[in-house]
Amino acid sequence: MAIATTVAPQTSTTAPALEAEGVRKSFGAVEVLKGVSVAAGSGDVIAMIGSSGSGKSTFLRCLNLLERPSAGRILLGGEELALQPGGDGSLGPRDPAQLQRFRSRIAMVFQQFNLWAHMTALQNVMEAPVQVLGLGKAEARDRALRYLERVGVAHRKDAYPAHLSGGEQQRVAIARALAMEPDVMLFDEPTSALDPELVGEVLRVMRSLAEEGRTMIVVTHEMSFARDVSNRVLFLHQGVLEEDGAPDDLLRHPRSERLRTFLASTLHA
Amino acid sequence: MLYGYLPAVLEGLVTTLKVSALSLAIACVFGLVGAAARLSESRIARLLAGVYTTLIRGLPELVLMLMIFYGGQMGVNALSDRLGGGYVDIDPFVAGTATLGFIFGAYLTETFRGAILAIPKGQIEAGHAFGLTRLQVARRIVAPQMVRHAIPGFANNWLVMVKATALVSVIGLDDMMHRAGLASASTRQPFTFYAAIACIYLAVTTVSLLALHVLEKRFSLGVRRVDF
Repeated sequence: MAIATTVAPQTSTTAPALEAEGVRKSFGAVEVLKGVSVAAGSGDVIAMIGSSGSGKSTFLRCLNLLERPSAGRILLGGEELALQPGGDGSLGPRDPAQLQRFRSRIAMVFQQFNLWAHMTALQNVMEAPVQVLGLGKAEARDRALRYLERVGVAHRKDAYPAHLSGGEQQRVAIARALAMEPDVMLFDEPTSALDPELVGEVLRVMRSLAEEGRTMIVVTHEMSFARDVSNRVLFLHQGVLEEDGAPDDLLRHPRSERLRTFLASTLHA
Repeated sequence: MLYGYLPAVLEGLVTTLKVSALSLAIACVFGLVGAAARLSESRIARLLAGVYTTLIRGLPELVLMLMIFYGGQMGVNALSDRLGGGYVDIDPFVAGTATLGFIFGAYLTETFRGAILAIPKGQIEAGHAFGLTRLQVARRIVAPQMVRHAIPGFANNWLVMVKATALVSVIGLDDMMHRAGLASASTRQPFTFYAAIACIYLAVTTVSLLALHVLEKRFSLGVRRVDF
């Protein structure tokens, strides 16, 4: 008995929160990811940068299998997601229940917010905790209100998404992700669809989440976020992880010509 | 009123409404299954549903109804013969509702398909990303929004279908149309009777439109209305 209990936790305590190994993905004949590996430790805030078409969003979407990779491994807290090849050569889940469990622990924030249009802000945040985590209505409501408060949109809880500004919608979407109390949060260009004056309110929320020690992987064009908030920056170019390092180091002293070119182009943009 | 035929005509109305309601239920089942098949990943399902909607929508309802009624009669009797049974007379009510439901299921297939496609893909994706099962996504995210998108097309189909029940009198159903025919034959006042049932059809369709309008409002919560 004693041996069993001491052996079991070893894998989970030392394993990265989320790990992807050799992720490949092809759309037809075009290979957009050519074997990308990333391990996010608990509390890591990883910024993924790269020009459009570099495959960074696709990589992020492979992590929760919204996009089916053609090869690779995905591990959450040391547990590997069982994959099997489907008819079109891409990898699908072997056990849908395991995938659902993984997804419930990896929350995602989308570029286009993707709030459910027929539900109020509060209902949006309550939905997955009730349906997926099995929380009672009252508990889910308390939790939802807490996180809406946390991102500063509690006063809009009864509004429908169509009546919210872009910044408010994205903050509700962040609250929806937080309400799952996930192990890892994925952000897919969370500020790209926002008017410039609304970007700040979303970035402030994300910065405060990073300061809380949440594990985040953020695909972003906001170099200031990458530099000031993340503790690690990944630079993707044409489906290959070109550089991986601390933000200060990587952004000030890019080793590759490609990253230099990319940084120059974003600074002047 | 109506030379004493009003109660008889109103009895016919009850039959008309029964046929309409039942046909609608059957059409909804065909429509939902059809839409699911049209949007499914299976090529065979897509093909079958495509043939169904193309064929049914491309033929006059009356022709289809007569074909299905007589064809069904022949089929059932051939089967009954083989099983050693006697001659089976298909009840016009059963045949009429089944046929109408089958025909309008094809129209509703396209209505429902369009309504599902009108839901932004990202919302469905978000459901999956948060760990909802396919069934939960269908029930909690797709269905409520689909209803809203489907209501205008659905209203159209319902109106056409209520009116199409008049065709069922051709295969011997004792509906309002049939009653009006009998009454006008014995009183020699066809205009009076057909004008009377025209008013009743109009009343039914008008009330339906009002009801659907209320329904549309209820399901449009959260949608910014366009002001002209």
